[in-house]
Amino acid sequence: MIAFEEQEETLLVTLSGDIDHHIARDLRIQIDEEVTRLCPQVLCLDFREVTFMDSSGIGLVMGRYKLIQSMGGTLQVINLSSHIRRVMILAGLDKLAIIR
Amino acid sequence: MKIINEAQLIFDSRSANEGFARVAVSSFFSQLDPTVEEITDLKTAVSEAVTNAIVHGYREYDGKVRVLLRILEPSTAYIRIKDNGCGIDNIEQAMEPLYTTAPEEERAGLGFAVMQSFMDSVQVASRPGRGTTVTMKRIIRSRRRHDTQTR
Repeated sequence: MIAFEEQEETLLVTLSGDIDHHIARDLRIQIDEEVTRLCPQVLCLDFREVTFMDSSGIGLVMGRYKLIQSMGGTLQVINLSSHIRRVMILAGLDKLAIIR
Repeated sequence: MKIINEAQLIFDSRSANEGFARVAVSSFFSQLDPTVEEITDLKTAVSEAVTNAIVHGYREYDGKVRVLLRILEPSTAYIRIKDNGCGIDNIEQAMEPLYTTAPEEERAGLGFAVMQSFMDSVQVASRPGRGTTVTMKRIIRSRRRHDTQTR
């Protein structure tokens, strides 16, 4: 599940439900379409409503980091549960994106 | 270690079954009265191993994923995930963080690192052309015992 909201130069992407390999491909396609269409300065991924994430979510975040960076923008990742934060830090994502 | 309870799942190598495996594991090990964090750790490790079987083991063809769940004494979750897929040529390399054979699918190459981080032990046995078996264990500190100790 996914919802988009454009706020000035920021594209806010609210993710929800379980993020695993089964769903990651669809999320990737939908996010990339919106990012390519809107060319935001900031891509913000909101995990407030995400109930579970495995390393498929790491691939999703890393891929979006590469895309937004190639367009000159930055990535923000917000509202992480302690579990999701642990998975992201294990992958070193805190060094690539602004995690709040 | 004495087996207290045991369950087996056999399902098709379809990605929709990754969620099914997580729910089944969560339900089975709830008997140990785990904390929310412990159950999330078990679900994550299982999700990684099942995804590996589907994405890598059965990359070229469909097959069955077999999951064996056991509760061992004392208060230990035992999980074995087996596929009859392509197998792994070099297990040491496959377990290196960030190593992946499926970068086009944005696989981060962190599946084994996550399993090792969230479980007490992870063992991998594989034969090229025959399949892969991942065996994991985790001691569960019951929520009740945890509450008593932290009170």
